[in-house]
Amino acid sequence: MLIKDIIDILQGEVICEGDLNHEIKTACGSDMMSDVLAFVKDQSVLLTGLVNPQVVRTAEMMDMSCIVFVRGKDPDQSIIDLAKSRDITLVKTRFRMFTACGLLYSNGLSGGCTL
Amino acid sequence: MSAIHLRYEVPGDDFTRAGEASGAVKKRLKALGYNPEAIRRVAIAMYEAEINMVIHAEGGYCDVDIYPDKVEVLLADKGPGIPDVEKAMQAGFSTAPDNVRNLGFGAGMGLPNIKKYTDEMRIETEIGVGTNLYLTVRVNND
Repeated sequence: MLIKDIIDILQGEVICEGDLNHEIKTACGSDMMSDVLAFVKDQSVLLTGLVNPQVVRTAEMMDMSCIVFVRGKDPDQSIIDLAKSRDITLVKTRFRMFTACGLLYSNGLSGGCTL
Repeated sequence: MSAIHLRYEVPGDDFTRAGEASGAVKKRLKALGYNPEAIRRVAIAMYEAEINMVIHAEGGYCDVDIYPDKVEVLLADKGPGIPDVEKAMQAGFSTAPDNVRNLGFGAGMGLPNIKKYTDEMRIETEIGVGTNLYLTVRVNND
């Protein structure tokens, strides 16, 4: 799935545009950044309700190329600037976390984790 | 002999800047052509440690030594020290205040994550004096 497909599925709005044709293979939904950091997978998208610069830093460390803010949350300019400098796409969707994750999952994106 | 030595200050008063050193090291390793998986392991371990320094110890500094086959990191602070290292190593155990949890950290995964992503991890800590955290990530560039 490409980042632009994710934007379509989530009826998202692009806040900071990176490479929208970048391929995404897995997704992770969490407001706890340490839980995100505990899970390493290539080419992931991060869905979160948390809006602060550490979300972008976490994505940077994990080589994630897209962050989706759920429940229509707006990142401030410092977050947008940080994402821009790291070529990370920021998207906001009005869907809540559960629904946003469910929509991506049912469209074929996996969690990337095994039990 | 150390190939490249880097030092970064970690400011203790600004949570939003935590991760700057890890990001800089990541960029440097990438430019040097290290393998992406090793770079990520260094970056994540160092990032968690930086966050810990800001949450618990009012900052400190990191020394990074980049060798062809490994990356060594020392994160040193003059914080309160860790009273029970064994307990701090347990997944889910946290002494972070609520305001830190609101920022997405304090899940008690910091030290367990650091251990998970490094090949060697050593903690020297003394109450009231500070903590030195030594990390080694081996690099397979094949």
